[in-house]
Parts: sequence; structure tokens; C-alpha cells
Amino acid sequence: MEYTYYPGCSIKTSAKGYEESLFYVFKALNLTLNEIEDWNCCGATSYMSTKETISLVISARNLAKAEKKSSQDIVSPCSACYTILYKTNYIMKNNFIMREKVNQALRQDDLKYNLSLDVRHPLEVLVNDVGIKTISAKATRSLTGLKIAPYYGGQIVRPDRGLDDKDNPQMMDLLFKALGAENVYFPLKVQCCGGMLMTTYPELGLDLNRKILESAQENGAEAIITTCPLCQINLEAYQKKINKKFKTDFNIPVLFFTQALGLALGGSPKELGLNRALIPFELKENAAEGLK
Amino acid sequence: MTVNVKKIHIPGTLSKKEKKLRDSFLLQVKNIPGGESLKKCIQCGTCTGACPVSYMMDITPREVIALFRAGDIESILSSRTIWICASCYSCTVRCPQGVMVTDILYALKRLAIENKIFPKRFPVFALSKSFVSITNIFGRSYEPGLIILYFLRTNPFKLLGMMPLFIKLALKGRIGFLPHKIKSAKKFSRILKEAEVMENIVPLQES
Repeated sequence: MEYTYYPGCSIKTSAKGYEESLFYVFKALNLTLNEIEDWNCCGATSYMSTKETISLVISARNLAKAEKKSSQDIVSPCSACYTILYKTNYIMKNNFIMREKVNQALRQDDLKYNLSLDVRHPLEVLVNDVGIKTISAKATRSLTGLKIAPYYGGQIVRPDRGLDDKDNPQMMDLLFKALGAENVYFPLKVQCCGGMLMTTYPELGLDLNRKILESAQENGAEAIITTCPLCQINLEAYQKKINKKFKTDFNIPVLFFTQALGLALGGSPKELGLNRALIPFELKENAAEGLK
Repeated sequence: MTVNVKKIHIPGTLSKKEKKLRDSFLLQVKNIPGGESLKKCIQCGTCTGACPVSYMMDITPREVIALFRAGDIESILSSRTIWICASCYSCTVRCPQGVMVTDILYALKRLAIENKIFPKRFPVFALSKSFVSITNIFGRSYEPGLIILYFLRTNPFKLLGMMPLFIKLALKGRIGFLPHKIKSAKKFSRILKEAEVMENIVPLQES
């Protein structure tokens, strides 16, 4: 199967490991990703919340560019880009005035969005299009013994798109359970990481992430599994600062879900970008024995 | 912040400024798909309870709607609340009446920017502004540029505090030192110019 790929800015820099592992997983499952040519920033919430029409225009430019090439679904691995592109698509399809305004602006580059695409997150693509059964049949390494806290964050389940339960989503839980891992009790799995609040209001951002880390640690998680570059960096890179401020002792690896999945599909840590982690993660010996 | 009761006008006796704010806010709400659900708010406070950051807000999400109804949008705009919202949509999915709380807060943010009403020394707008200028120039985000621009606008000394993390990430190859400019940057800025025109078009009001 083929998909149009919208990477998003952070996956090319701070979340390189996400892209490396995403490519590995998709290749291993015979899926093709075709990157949108000359894509631009989706605008993120910073743009969306300050200039509505312009933000819709810049994110719709990507939809129009993708549509020009093919009618494949768009796969967007960053939860924030996913939310923005999904929302833009929704507004374009449902708000006539906005659609005309946006298309009028896009005409400056001979572009027009004809509403034919769907925007999707790779987690949902893997679970729904490929299926957990097929994935676990292709796994060459068991994750048995690995205790994980699957962290969905906010934007993948909210606003409600009917893909999964919005309070207790199961996509990652079921996927990793099938691969042998143990999902720990993790009530904060959809709690917000604060996003850019870590920069603009650190006092609050650090506190939000402390709560999430605390919930994972006290339930015995050896790693937190994320679906978004921003959640990943907030949870991983600020653990030292959080330890200092709240006198805690967090040192939990924070992986992208594709990295953990890639390990099960036989990828090496380097192929999956695990060497880029600030807090190193290693699969335990007994799990590695499952290698065929 | 305690709400100054004297400042609340009885609906129908709005000040000129408040009347203007109210009109443009209602216009913004009209643009949101499902925005008219605002009318259905029953003041139950589920939004405030669901919000992971409401404990740091000076006016809670429920109070935002109450203040709007009481005719005091100005107080909302000068609160930290609209800037603290992290866009997690917890309020929106939990609201029993289907009020699009997050989108309503967005509309209020835009109103605050339009009317240049900001809480004192609260930097979220500085970040948004920096983000918008970086995106407009390159077509993509450029993290080092964004962070530098942001701290220059707020507190340049804090830039030093970011250095250890910056170095750590750089060693792992997780910093894009040079910005990536999209190929059709010229056409992109033409699109932006036209979009700016579109942004300012006010649809005809129904009578």
C-alpha cells in the first residue's frame, strides 16, 4: 500500500529517530511513503490560534500539493501536524466561505484543494490498514518482559475523531501486548504534555510532565512510548530539570512507538535512531533471545 | 485574579469598547464549525475540571463563558487564561453540551491580538509571533532561530540556560543548524499576501 507522507518540521531535526524508525517499520511491512514535494510547515497551534484564515491557507497548501500528485491518504506522524491538517481538511470540507477564501489564496501558486484526501496518523494506519495480527506475525523479536507505559498524549485522540476511545485509547496497548510487552497501569496516558508551555511557561510545563513521568514510574514502566515529537522531547529532555525542581529521580527512556515496534520487527538500535536518545534504552537479554 | 464586580456591565448597557469586542467575538464564533453551541453552556464547570492547566489560570474556562455572558470580554482578554491553554481539547470532548471551548479560546486569542490587549509579562504571544515570522520567511519551522527570536523578545539571559540542552541535542544530531527554505518560497509569500487579504474580509452580517 502507498501513502502520501507529510513529515512536519520537527521530525527532520529534533525527532530524527522518529523518521528513521517510521521508515524502517513501513518498509518492513511493505508500505510505501511518498513525501509531499516542497511541503511547508503546518502552522502548528501557534499559527492556528492567532491567524485563522492564514493558518488554514498554509496548511491547506500541503493538502493541495499532495492532491495534485495522488489521491493517497496523507500520513502525518507528528500529533500536532496531524491535528492541524485534519482540522484544516475538516473545515475545508464543511465551511463554504472558508473554502473559497483559502482556495483564493492558493490560486497565487496555481493550487486548489478539491477536498479528496484523508489525513491519518501512522499508528492508526498500522493498526487499521495492516492489522495487529499481521504485524505480530511478522515480528522477529519478542518484547516479552518489557514493561511499557504507552503515552498517547492529547492530540491524537482529541478532538474526538471516533478512531479510539478518547479517555482510554487502546491502539498502542493492544499492538504492544500482541508483541509480548506488558502495558503498565497508566492513567495519565492521554494527559496533555503541555506542548510549547515548556518554553513559554516552564513552571507549568515542568509540572505537567512531572505528573506523567511519576505515573509511569510508580507503576513500574521501563520505558514510555510516545506518538509525537513534542511529547517525546518534553518528556525526555527535561527529566533532569524536573528532578532538580521537584527532587525526583526520573531516568526513564522515552521512545517513539515506531522505535519499539521496529525492535520487534528486527531492527537494530541504529537503524531505528535509538542512538539519538538522551536517555539510552536497551532491550533486556531475555527479550533479545527471542530473535530468530 | 478576583473579578472586579464593578467592571461588569449589565447586558444592554455595554461600553463602546465592550460592544466592539463583543461584535467581533460573535463574528469569530460564527466562523467556527459548531461555534453556536456556546449558547448551550449550562455553567456546569466540566471544562474547568477536565482542563489539566486550569489550576494555573486566573479565570477558569467556565468563568470565561460566564464573563462573556456578563458582558466583560475585556477582563477575559487581559487574563492569562487564553494564553495558558495548551490546545489539548480535554474541555471540548468532555463538555456535555458540545461547546467548542478550545476553539472559543482561540477566537478570544485572536481578539486579544487584534485589539492588542495582553496580560503583563506573559510570553505566549511572543512565541506565536516568533513562530509566525519564522514560518513566513522559510515556509518551515527553524527551531534554533525560533528559540533565539523568542528569547530576544522576552528574556535574552534565559537563552544561556537553554545551552546545555542545546548541546546535548546537537551531539545526538537532533538540531538542524541551518534553516531549510522551501523551494517555492517566492510563491509561498505571494500566497501569504493573498491570505492576509482574505483574513481581513468580514463576511456580510445577517440582519
